[in-house]
Amino acid sequence: MGKVLDFYEALYHYMVERRKQSGIDNRILIHFGSATCENAAGSDLVRREFEKLIRVSGRDDILLKPTGCTGRCAREPIVGVFFPGQIPIKYEQVDAQKVQTIFQQHILGGLPVASLILDKRTDRHYDYVVTLCSSERCRHQERNPTQEMLLTALQNNGVDSDSVRIFSGGCFGLCSRDQVGKQHVMMIFPEKVMYHFQTQQEADEIVKSHMVQKTVVDAYITHADFITEQFFSLYGDVSFFNKQTRLTLRNSGLTDPESMGDYIRNKGYEALAQVLDRGDSDFIISEISKSGLRGRGGGGYPTGQKWRNAVQDSDDPVRFVVCNADEGDPGAFMDRSALEGDPFIILEGMTIGAYAIGAHKGFIYVRAEYPLAIERLEKAIAKARENDVLGKNIMNSGFDFDIEIRLGAGAFVCGEETALMVSIEGKRGQPRIRPPWPTQSGLWGHPTVINNVETWANVPTILLYGADWFSRIGTKQSRGTKVFALAGKVVNTGLVEVPMGTTLRDIIYDIGGGLEEGRTLKAIQTGGPSGGCIPARLIDTPVEYETLAEIGSIMGSGGMIVLDDQDCMVATARYFLEFTQSESCGKCVPCREGTVRMLEIMERISSGQGAMEDLARLRRLGQLMRKTSLCGLGQTAPNPVLSAMENFQEEFITHIRDKKCPAHKCRQLVTYEVIPDKCTGCTLCARRCPVSCISGAKRQVHFIDQASCIKCGECFNACKFDAIAIN
Amino acid sequence: MNKTDQSVTLDRDIIDLMEECRLREYPESYLITILHRVQARYGYLSEQHMDEVAQYMQIPTATISGVATFYHYFRLRPRGKYAISICLGTACFVKGADKILEAFKTELGIDMGETTQDGLFSLENSRCLGVCALAPVVTVNDRVYSNLSAKQVPDLLNKIRFEDQ
Repeated sequence: MGKVLDFYEALYHYMVERRKQSGIDNRILIHFGSATCENAAGSDLVRREFEKLIRVSGRDDILLKPTGCTGRCAREPIVGVFFPGQIPIKYEQVDAQKVQTIFQQHILGGLPVASLILDKRTDRHYDYVVTLCSSERCRHQERNPTQEMLLTALQNNGVDSDSVRIFSGGCFGLCSRDQVGKQHVMMIFPEKVMYHFQTQQEADEIVKSHMVQKTVVDAYITHADFITEQFFSLYGDVSFFNKQTRLTLRNSGLTDPESMGDYIRNKGYEALAQVLDRGDSDFIISEISKSGLRGRGGGGYPTGQKWRNAVQDSDDPVRFVVCNADEGDPGAFMDRSALEGDPFIILEGMTIGAYAIGAHKGFIYVRAEYPLAIERLEKAIAKARENDVLGKNIMNSGFDFDIEIRLGAGAFVCGEETALMVSIEGKRGQPRIRPPWPTQSGLWGHPTVINNVETWANVPTILLYGADWFSRIGTKQSRGTKVFALAGKVVNTGLVEVPMGTTLRDIIYDIGGGLEEGRTLKAIQTGGPSGGCIPARLIDTPVEYETLAEIGSIMGSGGMIVLDDQDCMVATARYFLEFTQSESCGKCVPCREGTVRMLEIMERISSGQGAMEDLARLRRLGQLMRKTSLCGLGQTAPNPVLSAMENFQEEFITHIRDKKCPAHKCRQLVTYEVIPDKCTGCTLCARRCPVSCISGAKRQVHFIDQASCIKCGECFNACKFDAIAIN
Repeated sequence: MNKTDQSVTLDRDIIDLMEECRLREYPESYLITILHRVQARYGYLSEQHMDEVAQYMQIPTATISGVATFYHYFRLRPRGKYAISICLGTACFVKGADKILEAFKTELGIDMGETTQDGLFSLENSRCLGVCALAPVVTVNDRVYSNLSAKQVPDLLNKIRFEDQ
């Protein structure tokens, strides 16, 4: 059976050799992001500008390389500059002009452009940057002593602490069981050396040798295989990233998503080679079960159990695996980024899953709205086939498996697994009653395992590092990490991967950078149209499947929208209901009729026509839909309304009784009026008004005709004298 | 299925694709794939084209029209030369996408799903483009405009009109 490992070894060495020959490691590397959002932010212009400058400079030691997205969306386009052996420098919000400055000053001149650096923290030169591992598991033993020990060590050795920049990172995920809580781990840049120490004396020794005598102390180097090493060595000095634990996204933003060599050099396909070599499909299922991995699409069903069901429930020899990439939740973009940033990890995960359950065919069902993700998947599949890690006789193991991409067509309900399957079959994507579960009777009646993108992305990592290792990340009931798409009224919008059990506060304030100045947090919406609004007072809730369910929301696939005091909960709940109403497939009565009736009531309330009894009606209808709808869409559709009513009842009552919208979001409850004392009669508002409902002569107080006002707010925005009041 | 029929209007490569799909396992499962291809080529799914797909794929027209009308992504009417799609996802909603939509409606004088008389612009909405961090966003054909405000709408349209000439 050594054949498979031989194959893998040869493939790995071929890829490493190819890189060596390209001389890439001795050159100056310029990374630029190239995902949908990076492109939207202008990374294509950045690329072209760099290309031009490199050509003009005539230098052949400068390389331009695309990467996926790092998830630091609000600061895109991001450019990384890597000189061999130096601290990597990342620049934010780069445009054509900044490219010129970076190229002249940094790449040609060797001086980083301080004012453009990502997160602008590095405004001065540091001799060393140290990132500390501060995982929850280690921290609860003693109150984060690593940093204190390091500071003491600096002092003891007479190292100026201002010349060292210290970051408290997330969990590096590298301790073994007997070391938990005893080991202190840190990574020192620019040498990128990972040290571990237990006592103050050891810390002193490391600092003395490394920083004073400039010699690396071999005795304390952590040789443990470190999964997020690549990521940390690049981004460990940026606070947005170093609080995260990137397992599934570990390659996103680091590697060229179209390069299979990059993937393989970062341990890609090692897990597959190992399991094929072992040849024990039951072992895979046991490992996945033991790891505690649960479905990341929202339901949280234990993945290992699902796979076992597919094997046990039927002796049908034809089986399928499916990757659900129909990321339909508005406000969620984790899967898109994952597919665009690292498509190979999904292919590897699916191949392992297929081997475990004995499937020879897999489908990736992806939204047609994600053209770049589709393109990258197609290229990745072609390259995987070319290199015999997909298709016939994978890695010489005799195992055949191939993957086909099927496109969605804009139906939200197709994210539901039974609807997804009929859509793959080419029909209208309407769900059906379960059981039979897809693992009993799925695609064309054959047992089918459906997992979402993030779940598949976890599979290779678990098999590579072991179920024990994986199960130590996260909490007891929710193991591992979860990716969230942080958006809305938060400073650092973007993709965040954190260990389960991280609190909402840590995600929003520590990583997300909090809200914009002057705004206060009102609620956090998770789980999209199937989830709920978590009020600000519950911000210390740890993110786990069960805890979120207890407070009326769900983990969902990972959308996390931050709402501030300018957001109206009635309008937000109504928004989600509008969504589910228009996406209801119409097959079952409770969902088809229920969403319409609930929406009618919500429209009444937000237009000032509501009655107090409407609250009870909404509750009754919502409960009914929860209990009687056919699929998850209808069962969860009332969640946004019910959770908003539960947590923000006052706001509903204000809309109904006082006919007011405190956040001024519900148009029909808002009036724009001119404040006579402040109006100078400049006529600007009258000229801006799209329906010409503002009258008044020059230098005279103006007047808004309420009957024809469409409440667009143009006058309010236009007025330079704050003379328009919103009531 | 008469291949020499003069009335066939679909391009040869699409017909080839259909014939290839018919030889594969579960041929009818490729219907959505084919409809995507037709729409990508011609901009929308015309009755004529759907009939031809029905002929080649040997799938009842009723089934095809059922599928085409079920999925929002498929259009049954031609769209403008510049298809403006306003993202109404949550993040965009929270950041004021409704005002942008309103601005496009007033500027173009058309409603959602309509096309201007000169055939230049059509207005569509999209549920979520997954570019939430740059909200609010609008796409014009395949180009993404991010962090847009209602005030920028007239300028954006003028720019497109200018570039078109």
